[in-house]
Amino acid sequence: MMQDIKKWAFGSLWLFILTIPFLGIINALYFLVSLIVLAILWFIYKPFEQNILDVQSKLLQLPMPSIRWSLYFVIAILVLILPFISDQYITNVATSAITYIVLALGLNIVVGFAGLLDLGYVAFYAVGAYSYALLSTKAGLSFWAVLPLSAIMAAIFGIILGFPTLRLRGDYLAIVTLGFGEMIRITLNNWDSVTGGPNGILNIKGPATLGLSFSQPHHYYYLIIIIGIFTIFAVNRLNNSRIGRAWVAIREDEIAAEAMGINIVKMKLLAFALGASFAGIAGGFFASKMKFVSPESFTFFESVIILCMVVLGGMGSIPGVILGAVVLIILPESLRGFQNYRMIIFGAAMVLIMLFRPQGFIGGVRRRLELHPEDEKILKQETESLYDVKQK
Amino acid sequence: MMLNKNNILLETKNITKTFGGIHAIEDVNLHINKGEINALIGPNGAGKTTLFNCITGFYPPTKGRIIFNGEDITGLKPHQIAETGMARTFQNIRLFAEMTVMENILIGSQCRYRMTLLGAILNDKRTKNEEREISRKALQYLRFTGLSKFANHLARNLSYGDQRRLELARALATEPKLLLLDEPAAGMNLNETKGLMELIKKIKDEEITILLIEHDMRMVMKIADTITVLDHGIKIAEGTPKEVQKNEKVIEAYIGRRRRTA
Repeated sequence: MMQDIKKWAFGSLWLFILTIPFLGIINALYFLVSLIVLAILWFIYKPFEQNILDVQSKLLQLPMPSIRWSLYFVIAILVLILPFISDQYITNVATSAITYIVLALGLNIVVGFAGLLDLGYVAFYAVGAYSYALLSTKAGLSFWAVLPLSAIMAAIFGIILGFPTLRLRGDYLAIVTLGFGEMIRITLNNWDSVTGGPNGILNIKGPATLGLSFSQPHHYYYLIIIIGIFTIFAVNRLNNSRIGRAWVAIREDEIAAEAMGINIVKMKLLAFALGASFAGIAGGFFASKMKFVSPESFTFFESVIILCMVVLGGMGSIPGVILGAVVLIILPESLRGFQNYRMIIFGAAMVLIMLFRPQGFIGGVRRRLELHPEDEKILKQETESLYDVKQK
Repeated sequence: MMLNKNNILLETKNITKTFGGIHAIEDVNLHINKGEINALIGPNGAGKTTLFNCITGFYPPTKGRIIFNGEDITGLKPHQIAETGMARTFQNIRLFAEMTVMENILIGSQCRYRMTLLGAILNDKRTKNEEREISRKALQYLRFTGLSKFANHLARNLSYGDQRRLELARALATEPKLLLLDEPAAGMNLNETKGLMELIKKIKDEEITILLIEHDMRMVMKIADTITVLDHGIKIAEGTPKEVQKNEKVIEAYIGRRRRTA
């Protein structure tokens, strides 16, 4: 309790001082007051937190998957009918949110599962987008042919980046990947003959299928939903597989993982390649929707935002990362009314979330392993330890 | 000591490892017989862990060869050596702390199965069956080491003794022919050491050969079939516990040189 008060006091005061030069003292004071109101709300909520968590964990443990499935069902219906119950603006925001879900889930493979801090992830997004743009405008291939090629190109770049960084960890890896991200962007910006330099590539064709050429926002919306579902499905399967377990083992202790027969080199390169390929798909989609790509879309800031989605949502947790991506796209959009202050509020929100939930929205939860019912029964009978018996 | 050629599981030939100018181990010849418990002892800094790291592939030896089960495994990577049937634990426990006990052991037991991307994403019948076998095996080792009741606990929440036991279970799950234990009893209390000894004997009964580094002499003398003594990177003695206990050089290395002039 005392510690929370300290955290709030310190956090709000720090933000207040930080915002004085931008907002002026009067507005900063308003800002401080709103933070205090937020703090009071937090302390009202706090005593009930345990109850809420209890209810939440009970709900999660219910042997009735029907509740969970019906929840998913409601969300699915809402997502599907969104373009009909809202306007084009919201459809566009939702499209971009799902694009970022794909990106964040891809980065989650590298950062969340395998524990490799990658600050240049946007490079693969760029590789995907430019692959699409070039193959579509210069080679005249169709969307459906180019999208997998963008993914493959990005995966190749993922391996090219991954190879020299295999021996690096933590800070060093972050610096190298950051450099790689900038390298790609600067190359795109200067290689005029191929990439069009700062002007980018114009007139990219969109997808067309069965005589329908994609032109309306909701066409793209449904397309990205398909891509998003595929991504969630694939990443979830990976997470629950031997490969996913091996990644987490590498994250936890590389040396022990090696001693357990895990091929570190192969698994790390696989993480880089797969993470990058999802960015490649997202990049291809982005290019086809915007009809235009330029290096401006692939700045370091994008890498940071995607990384924030992963960390804020909860590293390694798929629902967490999805939530993180949605919040980080919708929050700045919904703050448009605040004009210039929105980025400050956005920043403040991130600081506060990290202060109070350092593990992210949904993080640090290790799922109970689902065993075969028979094994479960055997396990229950084994309540005594071997030593307890033998030492009598 | 009898050396039966057909009975040798691991043999090191003149293994030498230097770091810069320092000889961590020099010309060490080791013979490990199948089915025995072998202990590697020596004062601090004698090069025991370095020898372990050479055998398991973490350090490439500067000189010499390592023959395991009739195959030359010198220069193989640690994960390849694990596949040939060698598993190890570490002096400072190295568990996957944020994974559950069960998952830790699963990592060990999945070592005998192939990992394919397509299998992971499609989750076909074969993959499912294999997963089931893997978890079956993991459960078996949970039971073997008496950790069943902690199956769903995070590894980092276990007590010290249980963490050591989990490390053992994880190593066993890779189905090794040779198990290398680096100071398994370090930091354990009397009861825990006793339990550990029971467990090591049980592992021996499963026909798994054991090589262990240990400082707890009472334990070593009780369970080891043969003992190898290292001092300053050189093998100074080997033999049964009784032989080693009487060896002048060993006494000297542990207690110090007897004064010639009184």
